[in-house]
Amino acid sequence: MEINRTNKLLIGLAVVVVILLGKIFYIQILTGKYRENAMNNSMVYDVVYPPRGVIYDRNGNILVGNRICYDVLVTPREVGPFDTLALADALDVEADFIRERMAWYKAHRRSIGYRSQTLLKRVSIERYLRFAEVQYRFPGFTGKVRTIRDYPVNAGGNLLGYVSEVDARFIEKHPDEYKSGDYAGKTGLEAAREKDLRGEKGYHIYLRDSRNRIQKPYKNGEADVDAVPGKDIVTTIDASLQQYGQELMAGKKGSVIAIEPATGEILAMVSSPGIDVDMLSDIGSHYGKIIRDPNKPMFNRTVQASYPPGSVFKLVNGLIGLQEGVLTPGNQYPCEKGFPYGRGRKLGCHAHASPLNLEDAIATSCNGYFCYVFRNILENQEAYSTTKEAFDKWREYVLSFGFGRKLGSDFPSELGGNIPTSNYYDRIYGKGSWKFQTVISLSIGQGEIGATPLQIANLAATVANRGYFYIPHLVKDSDNVKIDPKYHERQYTLVDTTQFEKVIGGMYKAVNGGGKGGGTAFGAAIPGLEVCGKTGTAQNPHGKDNSVFICFAPRENPRIAVAAYLENAGFGATWACPIASLMIEKYLTGSIREERLPLEDRMKKTVLIGK
Amino acid sequence: MENKVDRGLAQMIDWKLVICYLLLLVIGLANIYASIHSADPEPFLAWSSRSGKQVVWALTSLVLATLILFAIKPKLWEVISVPAYLTVLVLLIAVIFLGVEVKGSRSWFAFGPVRFQPAEISKISTALLLSTIMSRQNFRMSRLKDFLLAAFVIGVPMLVIVAESETGSALVYVGFLFVLYREGLSGWILYLVGMAIVLFILSLATPLWVPFLVLVAAVLFFVLMHRSSIGRSLARRRSIIRLSLAGFAVGSALIFSTQFVFNNILQDHQRKRIEVLLGLKEDPSGVGYNVTQSMIAIGSGGFAGKGYLRGTQTTYGFVPEQSTDFIFCTVGEEWGFLGCALVILLYAYMIYRIIQDAEKSREAFTRIYGYCVASCIFMHLFINIGMTIGLMPVIGIPLPFLSYGGSSLWAFSILLFIFIALNKQENKYF
Repeated sequence: MEINRTNKLLIGLAVVVVILLGKIFYIQILTGKYRENAMNNSMVYDVVYPPRGVIYDRNGNILVGNRICYDVLVTPREVGPFDTLALADALDVEADFIRERMAWYKAHRRSIGYRSQTLLKRVSIERYLRFAEVQYRFPGFTGKVRTIRDYPVNAGGNLLGYVSEVDARFIEKHPDEYKSGDYAGKTGLEAAREKDLRGEKGYHIYLRDSRNRIQKPYKNGEADVDAVPGKDIVTTIDASLQQYGQELMAGKKGSVIAIEPATGEILAMVSSPGIDVDMLSDIGSHYGKIIRDPNKPMFNRTVQASYPPGSVFKLVNGLIGLQEGVLTPGNQYPCEKGFPYGRGRKLGCHAHASPLNLEDAIATSCNGYFCYVFRNILENQEAYSTTKEAFDKWREYVLSFGFGRKLGSDFPSELGGNIPTSNYYDRIYGKGSWKFQTVISLSIGQGEIGATPLQIANLAATVANRGYFYIPHLVKDSDNVKIDPKYHERQYTLVDTTQFEKVIGGMYKAVNGGGKGGGTAFGAAIPGLEVCGKTGTAQNPHGKDNSVFICFAPRENPRIAVAAYLENAGFGATWACPIASLMIEKYLTGSIREERLPLEDRMKKTVLIGK
Repeated sequence: MENKVDRGLAQMIDWKLVICYLLLLVIGLANIYASIHSADPEPFLAWSSRSGKQVVWALTSLVLATLILFAIKPKLWEVISVPAYLTVLVLLIAVIFLGVEVKGSRSWFAFGPVRFQPAEISKISTALLLSTIMSRQNFRMSRLKDFLLAAFVIGVPMLVIVAESETGSALVYVGFLFVLYREGLSGWILYLVGMAIVLFILSLATPLWVPFLVLVAAVLFFVLMHRSSIGRSLARRRSIIRLSLAGFAVGSALIFSTQFVFNNILQDHQRKRIEVLLGLKEDPSGVGYNVTQSMIAIGSGGFAGKGYLRGTQTTYGFVPEQSTDFIFCTVGEEWGFLGCALVILLYAYMIYRIIQDAEKSREAFTRIYGYCVASCIFMHLFINIGMTIGLMPVIGIPLPFLSYGGSSLWAFSILLFIFIALNKQENKYF
């Protein structure tokens, strides 16, 4: 071919055609980027939120259900002129609120574009229906259905926990699981069982146009995914007992926990002051108030507070003494209003008969007696060459009761409490330069010892079981949800079953009397129920003593074990003891005997907070 | 007798060109309907819809084509070239003051609902006048006076159109350089213009040393191509050296002044478009939105496309201007690579065919006019499709015969059929 000017121009044409087709070939065939972008462009994933699982109590009553409500959405681009006052009236909000929002949308119209914005959240059905009647007058305003939590009974606000919209930090912590607009359990069982309760989101896929207007279902809905409803949870809670406990604890600061000893199932778990369930369903608007409350209603004292257990801990020391062979039920020790431990110092005790044996010492809660017991344990030179060695053994026993470590309950943010180690004392006092007298407070459950109310309740269950416990838990096996098998395993203490009967005798006497010196817990006695209990009065550096009581009933084959721990309430016998016994009576008989009604009434009405 | 005339017509008219034209017209109508197609479609022929209107434009174009082929003597075009050129020039200037403003440029006359852009027909009048003066017996491209006259005929409407802020349409006039080249303009002028564009882009998009390196290479290439003449005479050698130095000086000045031009002469939207095109700025939702969406639409078409009326991007309005300047997106998305290749090859064949016919003609006027038509179609093809696939900045010019729009379709139809008529006249002689 001759290379004349015509052909040069034709070659130029060919080159341009090749360049154009080459680029088109590249973007259409060689890269998938544009196809992907096209899908993102034109497909809308309309999320279908599954209903969250229902939470039942042990008797099939609903603790947490679901309720339908509406979010009112507005697409600012589609809003024409409208009657602000009429809309405000229909939605039951201030006209200024709507003006403010519309002004805000206008100011941000560029970033909003054709997207819709949430104007109001959680509008009740009744209110929404009123709006729906006049909705045609307000183009651009629509409603989107949502399910929110509904609480038929005011039981267990703290242990149930709340559900709220996820924030940026939460999404960051759970990548790929949550997206903005999702809800998740934040505290309590809602958080602990989030994976079961939340279900799986579904979605409809629609094609949309560039103005974000839905055009039609993608592939006629073939690619849509159905939402999977959340799994229902059956809890171990007895709703009426829980509610009763909350009523008894009203106005008081502390915890009441009831456990079924034969299973470790928690029947009631009251932290007071607590959160009412009607706050839970709308946590957003109450959050500020809850956070500012000096009594910390959000704080779940049953597992998050660590207190000295006080005299109820004497049971543990007594059992260890028996097991170690340094104490027999018949051992008698004198007590002249306390235990002198050198250089004129004395650990005080109240007035009672002296000397006492083990049963009576438990019944009267004699401090002196248990100082002897603890001394015998730590100064057991036949078995251990040093106090430290004996102390380590003691600690091993205590830990086997579930103290000083997390119990491993299915409840989130459980504390482990504290049982000091010998190393700790070595650090404080110097190696080998501490002895029984140094740590004498431990004899009576004071000093460096810290236990959660749940651990103390677990002690009651352990004694009721004569030597073992099941890890206390809140969720029962159900058809949908199986719990960890560890909750069905007996956790044995290092103390033999036979030793427990000797202590239980003292607990029986403490409540039902009949011993030398008199019991400390007469208020807990209920004819025919054979309640066994132990009071405690734990020193509280912040004000009045804490009032403690643990008990179980009946004596044989116990069906319930209760621990009550009231902060700054004074003697264990005064407050903790009646409250715990009322719980037992309510649970075992379903009602309160007539002669105890005034007691119940007094307990319900007394306000101790702030006194 | 009747038969003879028919056979004569069949031989005289380049039916292959006419068929290309009709095919593109049909493809255009189909894609305009697809581009306005939504989930709630209107009938194809609804008068209110763009496809319905375009059918009317297409039919009237065919009437115009028939008139040009059979009713008007081809000699007339040469005769009216001067008054036509001047009239259109007046219109071009008048529109700046009397026109309506559309998207920042004043280039449209509005007569009630009908709008019309003088820049569209100015291509025809410029092509006619250019053909007239260049086909004169005494016209010599190598003579500076003649070259300047040709450049003047091209340059005046071009500058007026730039003044209308229709830089895109003005760019098409650069294509007339190919006509001048065919008629004897030194290839070095094309080289100069091409290099100026390359240097302009490089000095905006790359560090300063890159355009300088290219400039040095370009000057060396010039010198190298003339090495045979270096030995001949001192004067010749001196003139080559002088030219090289001048080229280097002008190139350097261009590189340095580009920043100035860019910042002070170009308009805001042009600057942004160039920035996005050169990848200086990523802006998928702003200026880059058009290109991004257009490339997504075409790119998602794949090999065979999504099927007619099945494109999600074009159907749901993600591509702006999709029935006019971005009509090629609909082709790309719904017909895929096959459709794109078909359309581009149809244009290429049309241009090739026009050049072949032009070369065969005995009349210089026909030949030069043919090259003008080929250049116009080529420039529109390259700029428009280049724009939709991200090779060119967003320059709002239509794709000939395909894009929606009456004045554009009429203008291209007239432009093409004047050539077919001239060619028919040629064939009469044989």
